[in-house]
Amino acid sequence: MKYLHEFRDPTLVAQLLHQIRQQTTRPWTLMEVCGGQTHSILRHGIDTLLPSEIRLIHGPGCPVCVTPVQLIDQALHLAAMPNVTLCTFGDMLRVPGSDADLFTLRANGADVRMVYSPLDALNLARRNPQREVVFFGVGFETTAPATALAVQLAARERRSNFSLLASHVLVPPALEALLQAPGCQVQAFLAAGHVCSVMGTTEYDAIAARNGVPIVVTGFEPVDLLEGIRRAVGQLEAGQARVENAYPRAVTNDGNPHAKAVLAEVFEVTDRPWRGIGLIPASGWQLRPKYHAFDAARKYPLGDISSREHPLCRSGEVLQGKLRPSDCPAFGRLCNPRSPLGATMVSSEGACAAYYHAGRFGQVHPNGESR
Amino acid sequence: MNPTYDANAASCPLPLRDYPTIVLAHGGGGRLMAELIEHLFLAEFADETLSAKTDAAVLPLPTHAKGRLALTTDCHVVRPLFFPGGSLAELAVHGTINDLAMSGAQPLYLTVGFILEEGLPIAVLAELVRRLAQAARQAGMRVVAGDTKVVERGHGDGCFITTSGVGVVAAGIDLGPQLIRPGDVVLVNGPIGEHGMAVLSVREGLEFESPIVSDCRALHLEVDRLLRAVPNTRFLRDPTRGGVAAVLHEVAQAARWEIALDEAAIPVRAEVRAACEILGLDPLYVANEGKLIAIVPPEAESSALTALGPQARRIGVVRAGSVGRVVARTPFGTERLIPLPLGEQLPRIC
Repeated sequence: MKYLHEFRDPTLVAQLLHQIRQQTTRPWTLMEVCGGQTHSILRHGIDTLLPSEIRLIHGPGCPVCVTPVQLIDQALHLAAMPNVTLCTFGDMLRVPGSDADLFTLRANGADVRMVYSPLDALNLARRNPQREVVFFGVGFETTAPATALAVQLAARERRSNFSLLASHVLVPPALEALLQAPGCQVQAFLAAGHVCSVMGTTEYDAIAARNGVPIVVTGFEPVDLLEGIRRAVGQLEAGQARVENAYPRAVTNDGNPHAKAVLAEVFEVTDRPWRGIGLIPASGWQLRPKYHAFDAARKYPLGDISSREHPLCRSGEVLQGKLRPSDCPAFGRLCNPRSPLGATMVSSEGACAAYYHAGRFGQVHPNGESR
Repeated sequence: MNPTYDANAASCPLPLRDYPTIVLAHGGGGRLMAELIEHLFLAEFADETLSAKTDAAVLPLPTHAKGRLALTTDCHVVRPLFFPGGSLAELAVHGTINDLAMSGAQPLYLTVGFILEEGLPIAVLAELVRRLAQAARQAGMRVVAGDTKVVERGHGDGCFITTSGVGVVAAGIDLGPQLIRPGDVVLVNGPIGEHGMAVLSVREGLEFESPIVSDCRALHLEVDRLLRAVPNTRFLRDPTRGGVAAVLHEVAQAARWEIALDEAAIPVRAEVRAACEILGLDPLYVANEGKLIAIVPPEAESSALTALGPQARRIGVVRAGSVGRVVARTPFGTERLIPLPLGEQLPRIC
């Protein structure tokens, strides 16, 4: 068992599709929360295999997409400082701020490094004591533990040239906010499997009960996704609304206790603005006061940077599942991966990029004239 | 294969030992440069035309009277200089040989230009030159001209190598995207993505249970076998930067047809697939240095596959449809677009 083929088995896929068809009697709208799930669905064409009654809408689970433009501008500002080495995940390098992106800044001489882990950034700080190393950390509960660990280690060794510019956000408050928003069409959630592998499933019980929506913790491979859909539809058809775990090989009820302990020690919950969506109460993490020395926003003057979004970008509606990417007037015309208007067209987890790369252009067909 | 190269363990031709590293004077036209040429380059390349040290190599015309000349040039940079399965030196030779081979040319002559960074250990340069000479010799190519420049420390990445190659295309061989027709089949000579993932895993310090080894090698003999077996081969290209996806886009555009891949048929070794999964990369976009894409008429499929060896696979077909489009049929019966990469692939966040 190497997990490379087993969960892409065409026979299993066909069986699950058959079961889903058998049990579906009415139209249902499901939201997959995570951008990784969106890309997998589009890449494998899962949505086109489902019975027409089942509609999948795409959720806000793209860390790059929901990072406020102001924070990206702050990262750009820091990266432009001559003594700063700015480290971040590869996905962040192309995301447009108000005027530029980190790639462009690097081409112009800024010291911007792509890292795979916050611990790589900490290592850079160790090796280059004369440089100020700032880790630009984004992501959900999945990536936050590694950031927290890097801060903890930096504090332990009293490393003064390492700091964090962070916007780590939390999934459950976002689901609650989506459900409360007027015009919400979501009838069931496929919860993000990797987030739950860290946090467990218990915090979703109240959301499911309070709002009457099934929440099925779901993985990322075709078989995982279809199993999640099968269980969600099964609950909807039976009039149930509870939390189910369809990704047990990675997720337990209680999650990862070590990761949760590090998170709780380093971070406290705070209100956070989400790009395109707005402020969501208690939806993010900030450093606890004992770690303020590692907060780049406190260490450097970043207050007076003014930010603006592109007026034609409707990524907020896309992130809330209110607008299908291919229905956006700018999609594929004014907005494409080469010149993105918003982050959802850039990130490998953004819904607009997923539609573009899967060739779902709706009426627009920028790639290829017909013969 | 040892992924890192131990410069201290390497032997170094006398009297270069007096200077353990490259200094600016090695490119200055004086005695140090003369010694470098004499004791390293001429000694390793051992070619009488090169050793004559004339301004230009004057060479006999190829004997095939009706053949045509093929000429190519390629600049090579890689970090690290040595990686599992090869080094900058093998890349520089094989890259140019493969460019010639993809035009159906038999490689003959090679020129080599070195840009050296001040501070490069002479032993590292000596090892690169030794490997370069060996790779050329094994492919039956003569190194007939060369040049060396030294740049200040911080202005180069140790060593850059530019190679140009001359080859001859035998009469009757004609390859090009304009010859491609709907119904033609798309073949690859083996599993893809190995070079890119080998270099990336060393560069980023990623360790896998079984190390990924670059596929870097010369393809001219394989091409020769293919063209003998299937003289009406339509098109050949080596999928280096941008991987198989970029090449197929290029050819679909140039041929003005659509290419439909069968995703399940594309050969990828398990370790490469696993490394790609971890980093969120698609092997279709990862560089190769010893693979070729061949497009042949459908009736020639089996003889072409035989000529290309046991690892060769048919991965798709050319069809009418949208001009320049590349799609892949998934194992689930759906079809997805294979987009043209914008630039390099970036690893995902989570």
